[in-house]
Parts: sequence; structure tokens; C-alpha cells
Amino acid sequence: MITGTHFNYYQVCKRKLWLFANDINMEHTSDLVYEGKLIHEDSYRQRSSKYEEVEIDGIKVDYYDTKNKVIHEIKKSNKVERAHEWQLKYYIYVFEENGMKGITGILEYPTLHKNETVILNDADREQIKEIKAHIEEIIQSEQCPALYPKGICKNCSYYEFCYSAEEDGDV
Amino acid sequence: MKKTYYLFNPGVLERKDNTLKFTPASEEDSGAVVNEQVRYLPVEDINEFYAFGSLRANSSLYNYLGQKGIAVHFFDYYENYTGSFMPRDGLLSGKMLLAQTAHYQNKKKRLVVAKKFIDGAAYNMMKNLQYYNRRGKDMEDIMLLMADLSSKISSTQSVEELMGIEGQIRQHYYDAFNLIINDFEMGIRTKQPPKNEVNALISFGNMVCYTLCLRAIHQTQLNPTISYLHTPGERRYSLALDISEIFKPIVVDRVIFKVLNRKEIQEKHFDRKLNKCLLNVAGKKIFIKALEEKFQETFKHRSLKRNVSYRHLVKLECYKLAKHLLDMEEYKPFKMYW
Repeated sequence: MITGTHFNYYQVCKRKLWLFANDINMEHTSDLVYEGKLIHEDSYRQRSSKYEEVEIDGIKVDYYDTKNKVIHEIKKSNKVERAHEWQLKYYIYVFEENGMKGITGILEYPTLHKNETVILNDADREQIKEIKAHIEEIIQSEQCPALYPKGICKNCSYYEFCYSAEEDGDV
Repeated sequence: MKKTYYLFNPGVLERKDNTLKFTPASEEDSGAVVNEQVRYLPVEDINEFYAFGSLRANSSLYNYLGQKGIAVHFFDYYENYTGSFMPRDGLLSGKMLLAQTAHYQNKKKRLVVAKKFIDGAAYNMMKNLQYYNRRGKDMEDIMLLMADLSSKISSTQSVEELMGIEGQIRQHYYDAFNLIINDFEMGIRTKQPPKNEVNALISFGNMVCYTLCLRAIHQTQLNPTISYLHTPGERRYSLALDISEIFKPIVVDRVIFKVLNRKEIQEKHFDRKLNKCLLNVAGKKIFIKALEEKFQETFKHRSLKRNVSYRHLVKLECYKLAKHLLDMEEYKPFKMYW
């Protein structure tokens, strides 16, 4: 089942997507991930009464404001903003597929004191269908996508997994 | 960085709210048991426990440790490793397991992986001898014999043949111990039980190395029961035995040379009973401290270009192995830089 995380990783790195989809996880031991988890849990404590965490069709939404029909998604950094946007767009898409209309989204960056509104349009809907198909193709593949060095690698939880190697020859 | 706790004193370990409470106990001369100062341990900071003294705990403690991902390694009075409590396999992957078994069942693929372990181990053993050779101990003959055997690794046709070569390399390697270590004679390798001081240290050090490797494996998707060099089922977590081969020379043996040659461990740190020679409690504490210091020592990793500890190095080794088994990248065993 395709989740928001699949959508997010698809934008960030195909290799990360494949590893994640095949249950090769590094998450638990990375300090950055732990920090993200704490930010999620501690940032908006007063919310629990009005808003709710929602789970449909494999996606899990941080907070859904039922009154205003807004999906809130909390993130630590906006370095991969595009990826976060598409993750949220996918959430709106899933809500629509489940019969809800007029949904919008907000990307929240508590540590940056920044918020971003996200809306889904028709072009987006088409693209989501294409991306879904492409994601399926990648994760079904026997072979893991090759390493393609990028600037963001250093902050990825898979950095050590991808880059641990030994040099050739007698040292 | 989460810490490893070594519990030498017997005592009671229990959960108190969201923290851990350890009540050490000790025996007075009269035989009465006295409870000493209670210690509170922050659960978020703990990676694992090593229990050398007798530990009393109930299942609610273990449930809690399991939730928090904390392992416990048990050693009995004779310092034999008896087993570990490992938190529930949180990181398993079906794909990884299938890939591991595929590489075992295909004899050629299995041999490829097995050879790599021995290749790394032999290189690291040689590296140790080179170090001492440069410092006035004459290792030339032994090194030549080992180099000759090592060159035969790549052409072996079966795991049995490979193990034969490994056995011979190791025999020559242990011969060199007698030249490297100043005040103690190793003689031949004796285990279960070890017959002298050097053997006692090797046995104990190897067991600690095994638990180190097991812990690293457990933090990855690798299933520790499927091994390539050792026969799976030889011991419960045989993959830890495989990976230990590479790290024993670098971590355990070097610490042994250090504690003996610098006289940090002496005659008085051993107990001799019947035909057994074992570290006593004082000796265990010193040796464990030296090993733990080694595990935490860092150096600049050549490909990651960041500082890693030896403990972390073992985990990186697991990543490399995982990539090989997933047909992503050929596994090259860690070879000591200096």
C-alpha cells in the first residue's frame, strides 16, 4: 500500500524509496529522526482536543482539522520542501478518493516558525496517478536503484548504509 | 550516544516509573547480604547491559527493556557467555532474509562471502604482526607462513577447505603471541576451559566481541542465525561468529597485548582452579574497561570521511554485508589501516 512516505521518498531519492519499501530501515538509530519524532510529539500539545490523527488507506495524517477541513503536516526542515508538498498533496488526494471534498493542507515548520498552504488541482491529480504507477514499478524491482551522490545524502538516515565501502587494493 | 553498562555486582534491576533502578547487593564476611547504594539509570541513554554478577529481575522489567530496545548479555560465574536477551526483532525484512538464504543455499555464493570473512581476518592478523615486527620482535618467518597460506584463500573450492586454511593461519598467528607478549606464555590455544592466562583473556575477549557483533547485527535487517563461514546453527547467532573473525584481531587481540605488556593485568588478576585459569572479578573489571575503551575509540573512516568508533565500525560492516546480499555492492571486509 502506498503511503505518504513513499511519495515523499520518491521525490527525494529513488534508492531511499526502494530501501524503505523493502523494509530496510535505518530510522530508529538516527539522532535526526529522533529529533523529528520529538518535534512531532511536543510541538502542538494543546491540539489534541480539537484536532485528530487520521489513518485511511495506508496514509497517516498528523492532524486533521475536521471543522475547517485542513490537513496539517508537521516537518522539521524545509530542505526537501517539494517532497513534503507532494506528500501532503497525496494525502488530500486520498481524502478525495474517500469521498471528501474541499480539503486543503498546511505544511508546518515549528522550528522555523513557518507555515505553507497546499492545494490540489487537476494537473496535480493527473500527476499523482502517474507517480503512483512509477512508485509501484520501482518498489517491485528486484534490483535496488544505484547510488547517485547528492548534497542531501549527508543528512539522510541511509547515508552510512549507502556510503560505507572499502577502498581497493592493499592499504 | 547510548551507553553500554557493565554490571559486575549482583543485585536487583527493576523498573521505577520511566527509569531503571539498580540495587547492588554484596555479601558481608558474615555471609549476610547487604544492599548498597541504589542507582537510577536513565533508560534513554542505555544501549545494552552486560550482567556478570547474578541479576534479579522480573518480566515487567524485561518487557520495559524490550520496549526501549535495550539488550542484556548474560555471563555466568565462570565468565562463560550464556546468552542474551534481545529486544523483539524490530528491524527484520522479508526481502533481506530471502537474500541471506539465497546466498547460503547457492554454494558458490556462499563460498564468496565466506572467503571475504577469512580474507579480512587474515589481513588484520597480519597487520598485528607487522606492527610488532617493526618494533623489534622477529615475526618474519611466521608472517611468511601466514602470507603463503593467505594466498591460497581465493583458490579454495569449498568451505571446509577454507576453514582448514583458516585454522592453519590462526595457529601460526597464535605462535606469534608467545613472541609478542612479554611476561606470559601462551603455549597452544586451549579453550573450554582455557589453561593459562593468555588463553583466558582470548576466550573472554572473544565472547565479548561476539556480543558486540550480535548487537550490531541486531540493529540492522540481517538475521543473525544465517551465516556463511560457520555452519548456521553451530551456535544460536552464527553470523555474529562470522563477523567477529574480522574484528577479533583489531579489537580483542590488541587490547590483550596492551593489558599484558603494560602490566595492567597481572598474575594476581587470575583464579586458578583444577585445570582452569580464569580472570577473577578484579581482572574482569580491568579487562572489560580496556575493551570498552577500545570499542569507543574513534578514527577517521576513509570512505565516510567522518569519525567512527570501533563499535560503530562493526555496524558499518553489517551494512556492507547487507548490500552484498541484496546484490547492490560487492562486500569488501574491513582491513585495518595501521
